[in-house]
Amino acid sequence: MSRVLDIEGLTVGFETGGRRFDAVREVDLALDGGEVLALVGESGSGKSVTALAVMGLLPEVAEITAGTIRFEDRDLARLGEAEMAAVRGARIGLIFQEPMTSLNPTMRVGPQVAEVLRLHKRAGAAAARRAVEELFALVRIPDPAARYDDFPHQMSGGMRQRVVIALALACRPALLIADEPTTALDVTTQAQILELFRDLQREIGQATILITHDLAVVAETAHRVAVMYAGRIVEESASEALFAGALHPYTRGLLRSIPVVRTGPAAGHPRRLVEIPGTVPPPWDLPQGCAFAPRCPRASARCRAERPPLMPFDGGRRAACWHPHVEREDAA
Amino acid sequence: MIRFLGQRLVTIPFVALGVVTILFFIFKAVPGDPAALAAGATATQAEIEATRVRLGLDQPLVVQYVNHVLGVFVGDFGYSTTFRGNPLPHILARVPATLELAGAAIALTILVGIPAGIAAASAHNRWPDVAISLTVIGLLAVPNFWIGMLLIAFLSVQWGLLPSFGNAGPLALVIPSLALAARLIALVARMTRGIVIEELRKDYVRTARAKGMRRGAILVRHVLRNVMIPTVTIIGLQTGYLLGGSVVIERLSAWPGIGDLLLTGVSNRDFALVQGITLVFVVGFLLINLIVEVLYRFINPRLRYA
Ligand SMILES: Nc1ncnc2c1ncn2[C@@H]1O[C@H](COP(=O)(O)OP(=O)(O)OP(=O)(O)O)[C@@H](O)[C@H]1O
Ligand SMILES: [Mg+2]
Repeated sequence: MSRVLDIEGLTVGFETGGRRFDAVREVDLALDGGEVLALVGESGSGKSVTALAVMGLLPEVAEITAGTIRFEDRDLARLGEAEMAAVRGARIGLIFQEPMTSLNPTMRVGPQVAEVLRLHKRAGAAAARRAVEELFALVRIPDPAARYDDFPHQMSGGMRQRVVIALALACRPALLIADEPTTALDVTTQAQILELFRDLQREIGQATILITHDLAVVAETAHRVAVMYAGRIVEESASEALFAGALHPYTRGLLRSIPVVRTGPAAGHPRRLVEIPGTVPPPWDLPQGCAFAPRCPRASARCRAERPPLMPFDGGRRAACWHPHVEREDAA
Repeated sequence: MIRFLGQRLVTIPFVALGVVTILFFIFKAVPGDPAALAAGATATQAEIEATRVRLGLDQPLVVQYVNHVLGVFVGDFGYSTTFRGNPLPHILARVPATLELAGAAIALTILVGIPAGIAAASAHNRWPDVAISLTVIGLLAVPNFWIGMLLIAFLSVQWGLLPSFGNAGPLALVIPSLALAARLIALVARMTRGIVIEELRKDYVRTARAKGMRRGAILVRHVLRNVMIPTVTIIGLQTGYLLGGSVVIERLSAWPGIGDLLLTGVSNRDFALVQGITLVFVVGFLLINLIVEVLYRFINPRLRYA
């Protein structure tokens, strides 16, 4: 499989309220064609900022201060606004968390999707309409021709999110970034949208970065998982390996906090959510050593003094921990 | 939509009745003898009494009130001392001039106020924004007749560019409509700026950017529609204020509208004329509000099917 995206040493600096801090630090991520990479971590760990940096949509108070984002033979970190606009929507599709607000409330949904085709594919009005109806059928919107003229408020949250997915996939991008695409939906709709995701992944075969803090979603959808904590990647591995036995104590903590819905007699009684004690430190006030040390059951004096780098483990896994749940292969 | 229109139209006569009632009793409470005013300054006591009987002013208050209300609803607005008879035809003859002036002021507001607000918002906190915001504060701080006087002093007297009074041709409309609209332009510019800044932060703008649209296109194709909804409401609500402002501005530039006529009525102590004009103002205001509501439903799809 060919390499689609290669992020190296990405660092994003913010300057707000007289404070300067890095919300994303030295992130390395690579993605092959057709691969689904899940980016997980608690709120504030830098997942969305990473995605926005790739899209060139960082807020005005933020900028990429170091690193490269290689995508289709170009470094997106150094692309001008006009060139970046030509990539957005055409080569990289983006899906946001909020299906209720991410469509323009005063515009019919069909034309909102057609717009992206007319912009990048120079499609005429009739051709664009036909293409949008096909896209609506692709994302399983019933009666696409009729729904074309609906306003967003006439659709349910799940239907709107399908429209947004159609929008993101309209130009057949090489890369799709979905930032918590199901969080705002009810459980049943969530399951339907995820199933649609998996089907489309198989049919279209684009590479996908799926951002979520729900590890249950990851297990069913992603090939590979990268775990972020306080702006850094702390563990990365194939999904099965991660669920079979995570290396980093933080990942183990996250896994314990998955609510498991039981089947059988106890169905409907999800297991109690076990939260990791403590909170994520703000990016402007990180401890000297490992950022997770203050909350970590395995933390030692070394953890508090020295930050562990991301180290390779067997099976192509990587983790940034002095006391991982497995002995390092190359450790003496 | 038809049902909505019907409901609103039905309420107008009731509001009008209320206004007629209030005005009737206010003018009854005003000191002075209306019969003496109607008979004229040189009238003898006998002539005054004769006028009183002729105008029905000798009847009990309730009878006078009922007669007045019935009269108004068939178009008889009473005895105007200025016109020596029913003032209604004279009032209606002046309505087009006021509509022309108010229409020009609203057009100016839309053409200047909204673009100024958008320009300020898209240059948020940079110099064009600061310049526009300072102008807005300046315009809001001074009364519109003073702006009218400045415009006349410079554009007309000093430089001789435009006529300063009367309604001869479209050029004569420039100074009074600018003076009338100045505050409203400032108000709309300020509100539009705030609304655009707020809209630009919304998720649908982010979605449009993720599509690869450029900022200018997003502003025109996506943001503008959403900005129009509150802006039309503001302009509509302020139109009543515009009618009020026209009273002074019409007098200032000798514009032959009903505002000018109202001042004539007041200085002549012509109760029937003042009552009639006030009623026309109120009904006009109600109709404008109705138009605004229809427009609002038209541009806001969330209400169109409601
Ligand atoms: N517009 C902004 N202004 C200031 N700080 C910001 C802004 N956006 C993000 N940050 C900072 O960047 C850090 C990372 O935020 P980010 O949105 O990437 O978190 P996340 O992992 O996506 O969290 P969530 O799960 O809540 O979406 C946060 O600590 C936040 O303080
Ligand atoms: Mg986020």
